[in-house]
Amino acid sequence: MAAPHRGGGVRLDPPGPAPEGLGRFGEFGGRFVPETLVAALEQLEAEFRKAWYSEDFRAELGGLLASYAGRPTPLTECHNLSELFGIRVLLKREDLTHTGSHKINNVLGQALLAKRMGKQKVIAETGAGQHGVATATAAALFGLECKVFMGAVDVERQALNVWRMRLLGAEVVPVTSGSGTLKDAINDAMRDWVASVEDTYYCIGSVVGPHPYPWIVREFQRVVGDEAREQARAVLGGDPDFVVACVGGGSNAMGTFAGFLNTKSRLIGVEAAGLGLESGQHGASLSRGVPGILHGARSQYLQDEEGQILEAHSISAGLDYPGVGPEHASLSADGRAEYVSATDEEALAGFKLLSITEGIVPALEPAHAVGWLARDAGKMIPKGSSVVLTMSGRGDKDAQQVSELLDLSKD
Amino acid sequence: MNLESHLRAQRDRERRLLVPYITGGINDDWLATIEEVAARGADAIEIGIPFSDPIMDGPVIQAASQQALLRGATPYGVVAELAALDIDVPLVVMTYYNPVHHFGHVRFAEALASAGVDGAIVPDLPVDEIDEWADAATNAGIETVLLAAPTTTDERLATICERSHGFVYGIALLGVTGERESVSSEALQMGTRLKNATDKPVLLGLGISNPKQAREASGAADGVIVGSALVRRLLEGASPREAGDFVATLRAGLDEGV
Ligand SMILES: Cc1ncc(COP(=O)(O)O)c(C=O)c1O
Repeated sequence: MAAPHRGGGVRLDPPGPAPEGLGRFGEFGGRFVPETLVAALEQLEAEFRKAWYSEDFRAELGGLLASYAGRPTPLTECHNLSELFGIRVLLKREDLTHTGSHKINNVLGQALLAKRMGKQKVIAETGAGQHGVATATAAALFGLECKVFMGAVDVERQALNVWRMRLLGAEVVPVTSGSGTLKDAINDAMRDWVASVEDTYYCIGSVVGPHPYPWIVREFQRVVGDEAREQARAVLGGDPDFVVACVGGGSNAMGTFAGFLNTKSRLIGVEAAGLGLESGQHGASLSRGVPGILHGARSQYLQDEEGQILEAHSISAGLDYPGVGPEHASLSADGRAEYVSATDEEALAGFKLLSITEGIVPALEPAHAVGWLARDAGKMIPKGSSVVLTMSGRGDKDAQQVSELLDLSKD
Repeated sequence: MNLESHLRAQRDRERRLLVPYITGGINDDWLATIEEVAARGADAIEIGIPFSDPIMDGPVIQAASQQALLRGATPYGVVAELAALDIDVPLVVMTYYNPVHHFGHVRFAEALASAGVDGAIVPDLPVDEIDEWADAATNAGIETVLLAAPTTTDERLATICERSHGFVYGIALLGVTGERESVSSEALQMGTRLKNATDKPVLLGLGISNPKQAREASGAADGVIVGSALVRRLLEGASPREAGDFVATLRAGLDEGV
């Protein structure tokens, strides 16, 4: 049960601002859930408030982030890519954390909360499987029972992660309802939680869901942005001109942006354009969605003219979601962050480009950010600019899928 | 018709209340099914508005919702079609919040009123988020039924009873809709807690699947809501007549015991 320790922990920056009222970020957020869940969400909020403002909890989490997750992660200057683009590119290396993506930051925080609340079981949803793997990992570490809901389509395309979760002792439940992707996995996780709420902790994987989740997940991910800001200042002597991250539900982007909200850096989120925004086959809920209510929060969602939620499409399971966290909807509405998109094809190009120029194989999700940078360097991003880009995860999980799409023998 | 006064009047006659649930647009005969069910012992009818992501529903109502959507049912279309019904019991729609939000609160409430709908249940709109909808509903003369759960604290329970109109919906178990083997102990506790908190009609719903369970659960409240057990029969191809037969057995169970 005891967490491994190796001396000093990561020192976490002070907490960021809490949302207003019942989890409002501007006109977005809220707590639109069945009555059955309200008591559990109130309890979670009270526990999080107590924990997050206590030095003991922060020290315990900081210790785990250092000794178990491998924080702080480096900020890597990409000289080859910089030369190619004519802009200075620095990658925040979440791909180097234990389990291979930023998801571990949030999960370790929530697992500590679950432990404090005396819950013996955790459930989670997962898209790409990274959040599922991270949750299964923390469950193994803390001796919790773990069940992960995953869309049947994603079980197929992220087979390696399914195997990893099972190896870690978690039960993986394939979800066949709806489109069989992340949206439906969240539906089924919430349905399970309505029945199991008394002894089960729901470990949500992104800055989505009912209050207090978008706030909790942003706070547990802000270590990415806080570290990156200080590291960038050391390298650049100031704040970067641009801060870029991919956006699925939006946790790596929100964690990154949180560290730069009070700077002059321009914040850019890259959504999945799938087969192209005009095709209707994409995951660009900020560019093409409208306000609505799903999974407990008011945010931007892809929906038809009757208010039915549409299926998203993306080559990457982690961005294949028709919604986005409410704080992003708010940042987009007030213009503090800008949201752009990259297609499946551009993501594949980014995947290949970063591998070949820097020797870093990205996950398909952040490959969208790289693909967008490759397209917009010299345009939206003027030559000579500096860019911090969050490399939210590594590409091992995608090797199988991409190997069927990219024929390398020809080059 | 006023939902609450109708249910109170029925209750005052020592009648145990029965509200069957039918997914709007589930098949070609759905309107005829409602008329048959109304004539065979229902005290009000709950119409489910099909939605892509019904998180409070188990497999049966999920499948019904999906089937209705594939038939081309839309929230607005289902509501509009209700206007054609010729029945003498009140109608309550059960809709997730997104379709309401999407159409606009006022527009949705007015559409319900002009279709002759009396009440609305919005299961993902808890009492602390309800103001905007409640204003629109009240102005249009729509009674909003609130849900209470086994996990609801006493303090919230009081607020829910106060702000609920038509009746108070007691969630009879921890979980989503679907048939169950037996009436849970939570059902009886829920009924007792609500009856102690309000004199508005109290109905228990979720998991109540047959006449025996209906009789048992209604003993702790004023009546029951039966959803999945009826909708499953419709998915299996039950005619309006057969749906009515099932509702008649529930009525008999409530009236006489089994
Ligand atoms: C590596 C990686 N990046 C990004 C995402 C998208 O999630 P979020 O937008 O919450 O960061 C995922 C989700 O699975 C992921 O695995």
